[in-house]
Amino acid sequence: MVQHHLVDGCRGCGNMNFDGMEQLSVTPEFFILKSVVRSLLLSFQKNKRMSVLLNKDSKVIVQGFTGSEGTFHAQQMIDYGTNVVGGVTPGKGGQHHLDRPVFNTVEDAVRETGADTSVIFVPPPFAADAILEAAAAGIRLVVCITEGIPTNDMVKVQEYLHNRDTTLVGPNCPGVITPGEAKVGIMPGFIHEKGVVGIVSRSGTLTYEAVDQVTKQGLGQSTCIGIGGDPIIGTTTLDAVKLLMQDAQTEGIIMIGEIGGSMEADAAYWIRDHGTKPVVGFIAGQTAPRGRRMGHAGAIVGGKADTAEAKMKIMEECGIYVVISPADIGSKMAEVLK
Amino acid sequence: MNIHEYQGKEILKQFGVSVPLGFVAETPEEAVAAAQKIHEATGADTFAVKAQIHAGGRGKGGGVKIAKSPGEVREHAEAILGMTLVTHQTGPEGKLVRKILIEQGIYYPGESEPEEFYMSVLLNRGSGRNIIMYSTEGGMDIESVAAKTPLLIFREEIDPAVGIQPFQARKVAFNLGVSGDAFKQMVKFVTSLYNAYEGSDASLFEINPLFKTSDNLIMAADAKVNIDDNALYRHPEYSAMRDIHEEDPTEVEAGKFNLNFIKLDGNVGCMVNGAGLAMATMDIIKLSGGQPANFLDVGGTANAETVEAGFRIILKDEHVKAILINIFGGIVRCDRVAQGVVDAYRSIGNIPVPVIVRLQGTNAEEAKVLIDASGLAVHSAISLQEAANKVKELV
Repeated sequence: MVQHHLVDGCRGCGNMNFDGMEQLSVTPEFFILKSVVRSLLLSFQKNKRMSVLLNKDSKVIVQGFTGSEGTFHAQQMIDYGTNVVGGVTPGKGGQHHLDRPVFNTVEDAVRETGADTSVIFVPPPFAADAILEAAAAGIRLVVCITEGIPTNDMVKVQEYLHNRDTTLVGPNCPGVITPGEAKVGIMPGFIHEKGVVGIVSRSGTLTYEAVDQVTKQGLGQSTCIGIGGDPIIGTTTLDAVKLLMQDAQTEGIIMIGEIGGSMEADAAYWIRDHGTKPVVGFIAGQTAPRGRRMGHAGAIVGGKADTAEAKMKIMEECGIYVVISPADIGSKMAEVLK
Repeated sequence: MNIHEYQGKEILKQFGVSVPLGFVAETPEEAVAAAQKIHEATGADTFAVKAQIHAGGRGKGGGVKIAKSPGEVREHAEAILGMTLVTHQTGPEGKLVRKILIEQGIYYPGESEPEEFYMSVLLNRGSGRNIIMYSTEGGMDIESVAAKTPLLIFREEIDPAVGIQPFQARKVAFNLGVSGDAFKQMVKFVTSLYNAYEGSDASLFEINPLFKTSDNLIMAADAKVNIDDNALYRHPEYSAMRDIHEEDPTEVEAGKFNLNFIKLDGNVGCMVNGAGLAMATMDIIKLSGGQPANFLDVGGTANAETVEAGFRIILKDEHVKAILINIFGGIVRCDRVAQGVVDAYRSIGNIPVPVIVRLQGTNAEEAKVLIDASGLAVHSAISLQEAANKVKELV
């Protein structure tokens, strides 16, 4: 049968606007230089304001606000200290929920609250539309928690987001947390501590496991990005690694991958050539059988290149500290940072 | 979701993709009637008799035969129906054949030589776009073509904003080296095949061989069709195509409890919340000297009912010598899960193998106290390493 590793192509640098620097070397002309300087200044200002993706001033709206999932997790986010400024449920505009305004559209919410971040708890048939609505309204960061969005819907979303200033995290992810600043997602806040380790992961509870180990090592986390377990996701492992490499608070990075796809290899090659901080890596699914989907839609071994073994080998060759046991993630990070 | 060849071809046909005329049969009588219908409609005197199972390599295993008369159709149908077909994809236990597809023979002589090509449509995860992958080397395993002659595999990426364009379909036809009527047919085939892929929310189409007949018709001689599970809500008619005979019975039962279960060959069962952690737990079982007996993600709500169902499903496998429960409580409270384990244990009565419960996160300490005080033969652990050590002691 046909295997996914036969499919060529690399997504390249994704759709984010954090790479103003790279243009400099290829565009010496003065007038272009001028615009590069402007974008550099802009990204500097962004970085000053931002830790990674989020901070305590991020104005967050919840799409699917009044549903049971949306309600529960919005309350958890508020309790954590996230600046939740309102939510969207079509048809319930004008009401109040959790002491915050409800809007019919994201556009209304943005106009009235100045929201720049959205978290989506909309059921799968409507979730792709919710992402597009957020992007069209100019939301800067969209975190989509929903699991089970049809792949074809995501092909179209990906295309729509191309060359727009919206960063999508997910879908099918636990979200993003910058401990002590903001939590936009469903992760348990209390296991996190403000600290120096950045985490990028395709998994939910396995990320919590890593967070917990890092906290117990006394290191804490700078930002944890759960990128999601689907075949098409907005922010790739590489996108997240680049953000954490540029982040002043982050001293070391933990990269948790799994079987399926080539995202970990793409990130590993970039780390080899451009990495400035130590990276500890783990790949889940060393014992997974070929051709079976292991829970996550994207976790399936197609050919030889997307097995855990192949990924771990590439990561090791690229200078990443690869641990074989998931119990060693935190202690390895502590050892490397010593 | 996997479906049978005959079901895949029905879907293709609905989107105007040309396939040989064929009918599914469950008895030799139905097979003969199908052959007669095909003869009346097309004049065909040769027929293909093809076993319908969810696995490739059917021909090599004796599951595909050519018949030169209705009498031969009956002979082959009698031989194939009810046989246990073993191919490189079924495993040594093979699969029971319950249905066969009777099709018009397409290797008839004519003005030109018949030709076999390869074509698939699938997602390029790297770019987030669908691609058509195709080759002049049809009828063989595309993996070996990729290994031996990678230059003979072509790829055409489709822009989701505009869909497949005529110039792309022409390029495919030119690269496959067809001309005249066959060229026109190929352009039409490629276009309708791609539109069928999008329209049916498929996650894989593999047409191997893609066939050119001696009178320059292009058709899908075989069809492997996978449908995106997440999109089945849009296609209730495809959901009805599910054949649970093709699935592991334990996995089917687990599905009834909303448990995501995959059976493996090891000796240590496991029950975990979250897919990534479940895979990592399987890995740590192996590192501790055991072999994982299953993948089991109980999802976000691990309560007494799901834990009990999980126990019962894992215990169906007599090779299981120990069970490791690994729950990271976030929103889920560990003490509730612990109570669930204790209740499930008591409800089942006697669990004949040692159980290791590792609960971490919200209320983990309370959970450990609860388990330790229950008096049950359950080993509790808090760190992942502790749990691994306990597995090592037990296997």
